[in-house]
Amino acid sequence: MNFSWVSTYWPLLAAGAVQTVLLLVISVVFGFILAIGLALAQINGPRGLKWLARSYCTCLRGTPLLIQLWLLYYGVGSLLPLVPGLRSSFLWPVLREGFFFAAVSFTLNYAAYEAEVLRGALLAVPKGEIEAARAFGMSRAKVLRRIWLPRSIRIALPTIAGEIVLQLKATPLAFTVTVMDLYAVAYKVRQDTLLVYEPLIVVTVFYVFLTLLVTRAFKIVEAQVSIRR
Amino acid sequence: MSSALSLLELLSPYPPGWGGVLLSGALSTIAISLGAYGIGILIGFAGALGKLTGGRPLVIALDLYTTAVRAIPELILIVGLYYAGTDGINRVLLAAGLPPIEINGFVAAVTVLGIVQGAYMTEVLRGAILAIPVGQIEAAKAFGMRPSLRFRRIVLPALIPNALPGLANLWMSVTKDSALIAVVGYQELALATRLAAGNTKHYFLFFFAAALLYLAISLVSNVIFGSLELRFRRGQAKNA
Repeated sequence: MNFSWVSTYWPLLAAGAVQTVLLLVISVVFGFILAIGLALAQINGPRGLKWLARSYCTCLRGTPLLIQLWLLYYGVGSLLPLVPGLRSSFLWPVLREGFFFAAVSFTLNYAAYEAEVLRGALLAVPKGEIEAARAFGMSRAKVLRRIWLPRSIRIALPTIAGEIVLQLKATPLAFTVTVMDLYAVAYKVRQDTLLVYEPLIVVTVFYVFLTLLVTRAFKIVEAQVSIRR
Repeated sequence: MSSALSLLELLSPYPPGWGGVLLSGALSTIAISLGAYGIGILIGFAGALGKLTGGRPLVIALDLYTTAVRAIPELILIVGLYYAGTDGINRVLLAAGLPPIEINGFVAAVTVLGIVQGAYMTEVLRGAILAIPVGQIEAAKAFGMRPSLRFRRIVLPALIPNALPGLANLWMSVTKDSALIAVVGYQELALATRLAAGNTKHYFLFFFAAALLYLAISLVSNVIFGSLELRFRRGQAKNA
């Protein structure tokens, strides 16, 4: 076992960790917002919207994330330069990067899984609580904002923690579209130094550490908001 | 030349169309998934029984296995096991004075994914066994059934309905995880698609087609697991 390379590669490792965390945070935050819309559309949207949200979830949950990522990066990415004016616009430096495509595809994928979790949680909120809020004269939007959504998020919290860990474990796929994330750093170290296992081990320790961090954080939040029925 | 072909021609199953490459990729995806799933079930049963009835060192070792596999990203596991496996076998051969061998990509893929599946299977099957009412097993013991007979006649039929939802999820995840094998270079659907797309420059078309093939695999599997569940739950009281 030879870990002497760590001293020269640690800035790269740190940068990779930042990219990984950034991908995770972006996809979870935006994915969660999208998931709320998708879950509500499935529960009481008009028929067309309901059908659309349901097929979105089926399609994104039924295909591998790797294919979605490649479809976006290679497929849509190869069509983008055909859009007139886009190449010279201020958006191009962002749209050129693999990171953008990774962030978008991870967000869309996370939203599909999270929407299913939220759908279940929204249905699990006791009916009496919603009826009570309605009886107080709250509008539908206010019931959603004050009672229905917070209650369901609390119910779903343990599952959400699990989903975030799953999302973290999916982020190494970004290396296939040139993102310099943690895994990509391990790959680069392997190419430079011909060490196979040591970089993988170091990077794995990082991932396990991040997993522990996420689970610990959720434990603390769960303890703060105790659940009583 | 490729621009002269229409989209339909590109997808035709015979050359110069790439449909055949995609379809054989899909077949190897299914084959890899079935193989890995089978190995996973074997490891899962052994692991679950080991965790439930084994001695302390065995339980600790199994805990280490399931925790490690579930905490490490799939891609890293697959790449790591792929290299460690092929490397390990060749080192053993070298130590025995034999020439190194080229390990069959299919076997490597199935083994690696099987080991990953096994960890999840262990937990699913352990939960399913624990969910069997104790009275049923006590009754079997009271009838004087040996452990092997008890397992075959009572535990196995009783755990299947409990385990089916988890098993269905694992099948879905193995069909999708098999796409990761593309990263280590064995040609299944994902890599075949990349090949076709790279050669023809019709990236969108081919990745879309591949997505549809994966979707078809999941939808068909959904139907199969739905009817399996219906069959194994026959005779059970239905929830209102």
